[in-house]
Amino acid sequence: MNAEVATDYSGAPVGAPVYELTNVSKTYARNLVVALEKVDLTLKKGSFTSVIGSSGCGKSTLLKVMAGLIPPTQGRVVLQGKPVTGPRRDIGMMFQQATLFPWKTAVENIVLPIEIRDGKAAARKAMDKAHELLDIVGLKGFENVYPNELSGGMAQRASICRMLITEPAVLLLDEPFSALDELSRDMMNMELQRICMEQNATAFLVTHSIQEAVILSDDIVVMKPRPGRIAEIVKVDLPRPRTLDMMTTPKFGEIVDHIRGMLDKGEDM
Amino acid sequence: MTELQTNQSADVETVQDTVWVQEIAFIDSVPRSIAMTFVFVMFIGTWQLVTSFGLVSPIILPTPLETLNDMIFVGKNLLTGGYMLTSLWITIKEVIYGFALAIAIGFSLGVLVGETAFGEKAVMPYLVAIDTMPKVAFAPLFVAWLGFGIESKVALAAFIATFPIVVGTAAGLHAADENARMLFKTMGATRMQTLIKMKLPTGLPQIFTGVKIGAVGVMAGAITGEFLGGGKGFGELIRVAASQLNTPRVFSLILYLSLVGLALYLIVQWTQRKVVFWHKERVGAGDY
Ligand SMILES: Nc1ncnc2c1ncn2[C@@H]1O[C@H](COP(=O)(O)OP(=O)(O)OP(=O)(O)O)[C@@H](O)[C@H]1O
Ligand SMILES: [Mg+2]
Repeated sequence: MNAEVATDYSGAPVGAPVYELTNVSKTYARNLVVALEKVDLTLKKGSFTSVIGSSGCGKSTLLKVMAGLIPPTQGRVVLQGKPVTGPRRDIGMMFQQATLFPWKTAVENIVLPIEIRDGKAAARKAMDKAHELLDIVGLKGFENVYPNELSGGMAQRASICRMLITEPAVLLLDEPFSALDELSRDMMNMELQRICMEQNATAFLVTHSIQEAVILSDDIVVMKPRPGRIAEIVKVDLPRPRTLDMMTTPKFGEIVDHIRGMLDKGEDM
Repeated sequence: MTELQTNQSADVETVQDTVWVQEIAFIDSVPRSIAMTFVFVMFIGTWQLVTSFGLVSPIILPTPLETLNDMIFVGKNLLTGGYMLTSLWITIKEVIYGFALAIAIGFSLGVLVGETAFGEKAVMPYLVAIDTMPKVAFAPLFVAWLGFGIESKVALAAFIATFPIVVGTAAGLHAADENARMLFKTMGATRMQTLIKMKLPTGLPQIFTGVKIGAVGVMAGAITGEFLGGGKGFGELIRVAASQLNTPRVFSLILYLSLVGLALYLIVQWTQRKVVFWHKERVGAGDY
């Protein structure tokens, strides 16, 4: 929207690999479930990738391993040239629930990552930026409102701001809008696309909706369960920026059908 | 959209508003003031009947009027700074000190048990074991250790009130959900930050529940301590009145004491409303 925000946070050229996963496997020790088996994946700078697959096929596990929240049993995760061995500052995460803290106002919730990282003084300085972000997602005027006065969609938008305030190089999103109704969900997806393009962020989205995956992504990772593994990576060559009416084009339909076919096959196994 | 609108305007004369017949049971429809007065009058009335027909001896149960007269007498003594005020003040001090001690110890132990694996493994089992003991039985020990002054009463009051606060705090620290924990992890929060900025605020409602139960226990502890360990507090006045078979006095002293307990409870409740402003606490049905 405005040129000054459209800079690359990490400085890496567009198209260079940001995330590299090599031979990543994860077996939960507790129940010996093989949640991930030999996953190889590369995310390019500024790309949008979605993961789709039946429930329990290891999508959230993959995301947690990438975020450094849980260690892989095997394999290597490298982000911007450095191996991931724990939570990292250059990662922004968003979950299915907005998880805003009710004792903080919207804007205080948004600067929370800064408060944790650099202390209260830095958080106060980041307030201006938080106001800007709230404006971008259409929450102007709600800065000092407590979360229990926000609707589900508004809370999710605020939590997008919280994710963006630290200017992460990659956004990891675990079904962030699945609790929303279809209309607000479409709107939020377009919002997400715009933010990603503006900030040239690399995004990785877990979703259950084939349509959502196709409309947003450059690449769609289709996963199969037991053990969780990558079945295919589908390229989506629809032009950017994507618009909601692209959903009616034959090409969109073709890709959706292809993925649905793959997922159905997956169920038989 | 347009179709809907034309439909509506066409039918506008024939459409009748739906009238909701909301059936509210009579017992739910009574206003609070009337309900409270009703119970009060029923209670006093039954009391008056039982006593004035001589169904029980006046030594066992005085009439409501006798009790009221004695309450006026005690009230005058309290207001004019008589010996009863001195006694009441002693008991209030025991309650305040005991409560403060219980909050400090209960909260610390609660954090130890709720936050550290060591506390949960090594401290919790012993706390549970002690909690199942009848705690007033420790009163003679406290008297032996701390003497007949207010210290032994403070100790018993604190001893009784500590446990619910430990349990409330420990439970409160476990109240944060998986998402909040993961979020703090991704933000790179230290354990201390996670505790102070997330787990404690999340657990405040439970912590306050523990503190409220403790507030009730602290009164019981102070009075029991005075019954069993002498001193000059309000409990001693009750004990003396009872030994003189002055039942109206016992009744009115208990009623004044309950005002102290009520005040303590309301202070905690008020603090909770101020501190945990985001959490609307509700008990029972109705008043929506
Ligand atoms: N903490 C855990 N301990 C043990 N097993 C787990 C744990 N988390 C997930 N699993 C198992 O790993 C497998 C993959 O789980 P995961 O949560 O990654 O699936 P998912 O693809 O995100 O599913 P959904 O679409 O329902 O969110 C499942 O079989 C699950 O039972
Ligand atoms: Mg999941």
